[in-house]
Amino acid sequence: MEFFDIFVSILGSAVRLSVPLLFTALAGLFSERAGVFDIGLEGKMLAAAFASACAAYVTDSAWMGLLAGIGVSIVFSLVHGFASITNRGNQIVSGVALNFIALGLTVVLGQAWFGQGGRTPQVSGEGRFTPIILPGADAMREVPIIGPLYVNVISGNNILTYIAFLMVPIAWWVLFRTRFGLRLRAVGENPGAVDTAGISVAWMRYRAVIVAGFLCGFAGTYLSVAQSAAFIHNMSAGKGYIALAALIFAKWKPVPVMLACLLFGFLDAFANFMQGKSVPLIGEVPVQIFQAMPYILTCVLLAGFIGVARAPRAGGVPYVKER
Amino acid sequence: MKKTLLTLMAMAAMSATALAAEIKPALVYGTGGKFDKSFNEAAFNGAEQFKKEAGVEFRDFEPTSDTQGEQAIRNFASRGFNPVVAVSFAWTSAMEKVAAEFPDTKFVIVDAVVDLPNVRSVVYKEEEGSYLVGLLAGMASQTGKAGFVGGMDIPLIRKFGCGYVQGVKAAKADATVFQNMVGTTGAAWNDPVRAGELTKNQIDQGADVIYAAAGASGLGVLQTAADNGKFGIGVDSNQNHLHPGKVLTSMVKRVDLAVFNAFKDTQDDKFTAGVQSLGVKEDGVTFAVDENNKALITPEMSAAVEKAKADIIAGTVKVHDYMSDNSCPN
Repeated sequence: MEFFDIFVSILGSAVRLSVPLLFTALAGLFSERAGVFDIGLEGKMLAAAFASACAAYVTDSAWMGLLAGIGVSIVFSLVHGFASITNRGNQIVSGVALNFIALGLTVVLGQAWFGQGGRTPQVSGEGRFTPIILPGADAMREVPIIGPLYVNVISGNNILTYIAFLMVPIAWWVLFRTRFGLRLRAVGENPGAVDTAGISVAWMRYRAVIVAGFLCGFAGTYLSVAQSAAFIHNMSAGKGYIALAALIFAKWKPVPVMLACLLFGFLDAFANFMQGKSVPLIGEVPVQIFQAMPYILTCVLLAGFIGVARAPRAGGVPYVKER
Repeated sequence: MKKTLLTLMAMAAMSATALAAEIKPALVYGTGGKFDKSFNEAAFNGAEQFKKEAGVEFRDFEPTSDTQGEQAIRNFASRGFNPVVAVSFAWTSAMEKVAAEFPDTKFVIVDAVVDLPNVRSVVYKEEEGSYLVGLLAGMASQTGKAGFVGGMDIPLIRKFGCGYVQGVKAAKADATVFQNMVGTTGAAWNDPVRAGELTKNQIDQGADVIYAAAGASGLGVLQTAADNGKFGIGVDSNQNHLHPGKVLTSMVKRVDLAVFNAFKDTQDDKFTAGVQSLGVKEDGVTFAVDENNKALITPEMSAAVEKAKADIIAGTVKVHDYMSDNSCPN
């Protein structure tokens, strides 16, 4: 196998692996920019994956699955909002609690409904998002360099992948070019000023966490009915935390978020590829090194070696109106 | 008055012994759940079969985490269930502890060895079954490249892979076999996404038959293979029906037989402790052919695999067991 073909194959894998990270990291972006830390991304993604697998199996429609995933994820967001915005609870505690609830509840419900050890039955046909072959893929196949890239990396993904990458410019536009985005960022930096202007901080933050829930719904659906074909116990496997790492690594900005997710996806794909292969001079490299890279990179960043990661100033602080 | 009391007591004693002679079988599954379409479901089917034939009810328990196994086994033993069958290597240490506490109860563990006088350990010669499906894979492969995706990186799974490689090479001496493991922790049994990516990776490198020995992660392997128009090979139970026409065959481990025999032997008072190693000869491992994959197995393949089976039984073909020396000849 040619070096270039291997590279294209890894790149294709990287794109597929980075999609759930991208949705989740963008979800975190909206929530944290509004000053609500969201460690519960993982749980929302897992709950959404379960809901969409169930709905897709019952209705035999992937779109119904997506709808159910988004719905359940938003419900989780609202619980997080109720605890941390309305009742001014600790945002980290609330998020961790949601993660635990999602982890346990999905298995219990899945076991009660389907009796397959917490799994849902396999969905097939209309119940799944299947790869879309873009026009001209066959014609492009023979073109050197661009051809294989187009066929294996850009074409042949499912619709959620394209939506994920489309979300990046949309998120940028919403956050930095609309009044909604300006206010959203303002409640994350200086909620007092926003309140003075006569805008409800609580309602603004609620809207931000709802957007986060909406995006996590996509991530979960991608896991269970696009990338695989059933829900499986703890299938998010820490992707929510990697997404959080990507968000910090990208310093809470949409385009860098995309690049960070692609980088982390690439590391994962590269780890898969490197498994059992030996590198000249070094020998076999343990794949865990690549799998640990996202966390290591984030730590290095937080330690101040690659610029400074500055979180939204009011992040994690419940807003209390002055009286 | 005294006499009646004595008779009553005697009757009570007699009915107690009568109860003890009747068996109360119990079954503890692995963490994959009862209907996992694989290992645990096979155990369940064996118990159901016994229930149908002997008319004896059994109790079962589905642990959902690794800590529940010991509790479940002890619970069954203390409530007088006998025999107590636990399937999965994960309950090895639990079984060691509990079986020592209840020396009068008969225990059976599948996939692991517990050396106690009241425990029967049932292990399988997975390398032989994997050899047979490897032979079929080698013959079905157009590219001369086959793949293996294992679950957790433990010697038991390497044993599957090693037997498979030997089978593929027996069919095509110059064939390449890509081997990947999903992970190194228990989560590796439940990660179909990563398993699917590893499969795609192998397909991109030219593999066109991929054998999954990865518990629930294997569903991701079979799915990806089917999505890409390649063949998958199932494991433990007959998984041919999951993607009809896209699963070349399945390496079937007769866990149902182990459970059925455990119940039956206890009922007939013929229970023996010690290690039972079931291979092709004992019909403990085999490959599955049914209406879903009949068209995929050509007459030549069928003849070759039957011959290999006969050779293994006769002892002329010896499949190397990875766990005997923790290495694979190929």
